[in-house]
Amino acid sequence: MTAILTLTVLFLIAISLWQVAKIFEMSQPSKNNTQVANDRDNDIQGKLMFAFLAFLYILTLYSFWKWGDVLLPAAASEHGSDYDSLMWISFALIFFVQTVTQALLHYFSYKYRGEPGKKALFYADNNRLEAIWTIIPVITLAGLILYGLYTWTNIMTVEENDEALVVELYAQQFNWKARYSGADGVLGDANVRFLQDFDGKNLVGIDATDPNGLDDVVVQELHLPVGREIIFKMRSQDVLHSAYMPHFRAQMNCVPGMITEFAFTPITTTDDMRRDPDVLAKVKKINKIRAENSKELVANGDEALEPYIFDYLLLCNKICGASHYNMQMKIIVETPEEYQAWIDQQQTFAQVIQ
Amino acid sequence: MTKYIFSQDHKMISKQYLITGLFMGIIGIAMSLMFRLQLAWPEKSFGIFEVLLGKWAPDGVMDPNVYLALVTIHGTIMVFFVLTAGLSGTFSNLLIPLQIGARDMASGLLNMISFWLFFLSSVIMIASLFVEAGPAAAGWTIYPPLSALPQAQPGSGLGMTLWLVSMAIFVASSLLGSLNYIVTVINLRVKGMSMSRLPLTIWAFFVTAIIGVVSFPVLLSAALLLIMDRSFGTSFFLSDIFIQGEVLHYQGGSPVLYEHLFWFLGHPEVYIVLLPALGITSEIIATNSRKPIFGYRAMVASIIAIAFLSTIVWGHHMFISGMNPFLGSVFTFTTLLIAIPSAVKAFNYITTLWKGNLQLNPAMLFSIGLVSTFISGGLTGIILGDSTLDINVHDTYFVVAHFHLVMGISALYGLFAGVYHWFPKMFGRMMNKNLGYFHFWVTAVCAYGVFFPMHFIGMAGLPRRYYTNTAFPYFDDIADINVVITIFALIAGAAQLVFLYNFIHSIFYGKKAEQNPWKSNTMEWTAPVEHMHGNWPGAIPEVHRWAYDYSKPGQEEDWVSQTVPLKEGEEELQH
Repeated sequence: MTAILTLTVLFLIAISLWQVAKIFEMSQPSKNNTQVANDRDNDIQGKLMFAFLAFLYILTLYSFWKWGDVLLPAAASEHGSDYDSLMWISFALIFFVQTVTQALLHYFSYKYRGEPGKKALFYADNNRLEAIWTIIPVITLAGLILYGLYTWTNIMTVEENDEALVVELYAQQFNWKARYSGADGVLGDANVRFLQDFDGKNLVGIDATDPNGLDDVVVQELHLPVGREIIFKMRSQDVLHSAYMPHFRAQMNCVPGMITEFAFTPITTTDDMRRDPDVLAKVKKINKIRAENSKELVANGDEALEPYIFDYLLLCNKICGASHYNMQMKIIVETPEEYQAWIDQQQTFAQVIQ
Repeated sequence: MTKYIFSQDHKMISKQYLITGLFMGIIGIAMSLMFRLQLAWPEKSFGIFEVLLGKWAPDGVMDPNVYLALVTIHGTIMVFFVLTAGLSGTFSNLLIPLQIGARDMASGLLNMISFWLFFLSSVIMIASLFVEAGPAAAGWTIYPPLSALPQAQPGSGLGMTLWLVSMAIFVASSLLGSLNYIVTVINLRVKGMSMSRLPLTIWAFFVTAIIGVVSFPVLLSAALLLIMDRSFGTSFFLSDIFIQGEVLHYQGGSPVLYEHLFWFLGHPEVYIVLLPALGITSEIIATNSRKPIFGYRAMVASIIAIAFLSTIVWGHHMFISGMNPFLGSVFTFTTLLIAIPSAVKAFNYITTLWKGNLQLNPAMLFSIGLVSTFISGGLTGIILGDSTLDINVHDTYFVVAHFHLVMGISALYGLFAGVYHWFPKMFGRMMNKNLGYFHFWVTAVCAYGVFFPMHFIGMAGLPRRYYTNTAFPYFDDIADINVVITIFALIAGAAQLVFLYNFIHSIFYGKKAEQNPWKSNTMEWTAPVEHMHGNWPGAIPEVHRWAYDYSKPGQEEDWVSQTVPLKEGEEELQH
């Protein structure tokens, strides 16, 4: 209802603006109606340009003040801090350049606005100036490129090793499954052709003739031991999906017919993260919003929203169909002991198909 | 009939492009307002949805499939139909012959066919909105297998077939147009119009046409292969698929191959959209600053450098597609290089304003606005072009904010600037400047109001193309940002009505234009206001100087037309 009201108001504002503009146009003296900017226009528009600069700065400051707390949640993976420092360095650079160039652009538009009798400076070229603003970006970008590539190589180089835990993320319209490699540390072969074996109990299409697969464990909730490298192997059974884990600064597409991979080491357990002051503040803020929204729901006879508890998330980040917006899986990072206790309770593939 | 409809005259074809483009623009923008309503007030009932979407919005609540269809068609229409055909088609056609001193395009017939193919593809695209299962809904990049399998979503049936057919025709139209532009610029320049005297508009259109010819055919091949996969059972892009309880027969294809083919066009396409806008802006900023464009040679070099680099950076859309990370490194390197010519252009624009005598006409405001959004949007490209940083912001709203500012809004500003500036040339009348000012300021404030806060949603980790973010309580604290964005978007949409009114009203009732209202140096203003076939009565005037002799010392006026011979003892700048 409020939405319709808002819309109506906006619509009426639009109409009145239109009308005002029309009246404004009709009230102009016809003799001065060349429709080319005159001195008065130049003066007003030049000043507005300067005002626009103020608008840009205010918008920037306001946004950071109001919404700064939603930016980049605390990193929960080992490479997360490398990622974040590269991000903040790039951001600092962007802000510096943005502040200076927008100031120059709008200030010049104001300062050199047309005035009667003024003549512009005939100034067509200056090789030195141009060399300067070619070389400065070259040096800055060379630095950024080298730093970026160094970090990229560190993150993306996945080396198989005995210490790491191998987990398969399996995507389908519209949910996620995870497969653990079991005691042998090797995922069994799998293909969509095996999905219909065992009356559909073969959830991710494991090849039952491959002995490596028999001790594999398939689950719907992702548990990760803290401090241990996790090597993810991604698969999809139908369309493209993307496994996006923003808290771990991790993302990789899941491609039908191909296995992709990404690796990271979680460093903060879910419990510890729930005690983080920023997370506590965020949860509090969200629950306040949810309580507010619940009031309206309850008034309409609906159920109130459940209070929010923080959890790490795996989201789908590649358009995959109608329920793309709700394709998620909970990630729980826990101590190695808790993880071991949990995985021991799960059924292996051999047990499932018996 | 041959005058207004099947005309071979470049000026008429240009108007046809503009009006078709604007019409498509109205549809594209209206769609964005609809999905913005859904995003701000998710799953609320709106009467307007019931009217416009009918059965796809039961009780006025938008269906998720329709949401995806709206974002898909919004993207397709804005990128291809408005900002490629509407912008480049309009101004290349209008300005290439007039600014180089030609009587018409090299081939008027091909030019006419090019427009009518574009028109046909627009009609097919619009028709696809009315098919039973809805239009294409796989995102404007239509990645298979989602786009290939009708089982995957309703929009991948007949709607997708029509999308592909429409785009194939669009590519044909674009190729005919581009070839014509290239040939015309190379062959039909009037005596004295050397390449180094060309206005920057023509350089931009010329280079744009070359990128188009190089990259558009690859989109056609991607579309054809996808049609084969869809209809003839081939496996170019598909492999190992199980859907709706059934194992499909496809073996050995790869969606990643499609991504390569698509972005081989898709990325240059960004510059096909942007370069003409930058060319238009160069011309308008110089004219209205009453100053030569600063660093003409550097501007031309930047256009060429951007064009070249644009064809070797497509992989930055695919850092996390599963391709080899080493390839990612290469594409990071080439991508960040583009920042250099872009920075040169931005600095040169700013220096052109310095110590000028700025005539702040609406076209000039839009041009300055373009430089502003080009900088704001371009800078975040440093984050997205960096493979490392892309990991966490890829496909989030951060990307949406970035590309809308840098190529969406910037190119739209270029289109508006061009319309305000060359309206007298196209229609022989002036547009109302006060409505123009109003249009600019509301649009400028709203454009930042929409896309600046959007960066925050992206950095918070919200993926794009989500029908609603209410499925994640984690994102509840960004709901108010979505409302702010939508309100700015609605106001911006309303402001475009003022432009439309001004445009249509001025065609019929605008003040009659003088021959050269902006006191510009370029050749189109030496042609009479009244349109005639062949552009100039009698001989075409010869060219004696470059296009930017504004406020040259020793001249009485602050402008000298390109057709005025050098005075005795006057030196021509060596360009």
